[in-house]
Amino acid sequence: MKIRELLEALEAEILTPGVDLDLDVTCAFGSDLISDILMCTKEPTMLLTGLTNPQIVRLSDMIDLFGIVFVRGKVPPQEIIDMAIERELPLITTKYTLYRSSGILYNMGLRSCKI
Amino acid sequence: MGEYWYKRENFEDQIDKFFNESTDPAIVLDYTIGVRDFVTSGNAAAQIKLTLKKLGVDPAILRRTAIAVYEAEINMTAHAQGGELKCNVFPDCVHIVCHDLGPGIKDIEQSMVPGYSTAEDLVREMGFGAGLGLPNIKKNTDLLHIISGEGERTYLEIIIYFE
Repeated sequence: MKIRELLEALEAEILTPGVDLDLDVTCAFGSDLISDILMCTKEPTMLLTGLTNPQIVRLSDMIDLFGIVFVRGKVPPQEIIDMAIERELPLITTKYTLYRSSGILYNMGLRSCKI
Repeated sequence: MGEYWYKRENFEDQIDKFFNESTDPAIVLDYTIGVRDFVTSGNAAAQIKLTLKKLGVDPAILRRTAIAVYEAEINMTAHAQGGELKCNVFPDCVHIVCHDLGPGIKDIEQSMVPGYSTAEDLVREMGFGAGLGLPNIKKNTDLLHIISGEGERTYLEIIIYFE
């Protein structure tokens, strides 16, 4: 699934400029628990989460994150967006809930990351 | 004071040899971890991962090291009053020592049970405190050694072999 398709499906907005919208997202994971995210992400993964603190972007230093979709209308502060830009990590925000967003993307064929 | 040892199966001899023959590490990295510092915490884990990556360490080992060190680092900032984290890089392994400023772990065995957590609300709101910190460290390391007690400083060391 291309980032462009994901944005349309979730009526989402991209927060980091300069992202190639034709990049392919191959798998995803959803959680609000950092330890779970660390353990379950073993390949380039699009993370869906409601967490917007600096540690969520810092996770991409430890594990292979493709990008982050903030659910429930959350938008992180600018300094966190800047941290993501520095790491070339796409940030996206949607008003949909974690459950609804995951369901939509799963139905469109976006598989769960290998855990 | 309590003490906890975990040695991964088939690594016992290598680990015993490590402690019996004290050789000097090829690289030493030192970090100070601040208390409740959720902005810069994670830096040590990221830098250690980068250092090992430059040395050509296998990506699966890099991931295990980053996760274990990150969880240890978060523990020091979230549960303790900060502390010191030292990374010793050897030709065949990485040895990490965390020495925090307390207040210590009352029951180490219980803190190894997934889901057991003493985290305060602020820490939980940030997505931590799932009670998976020490279990995640154990899962990703070949050695986990903890010395602690109520009101004491916690000493935690880990080893991860490159092969």
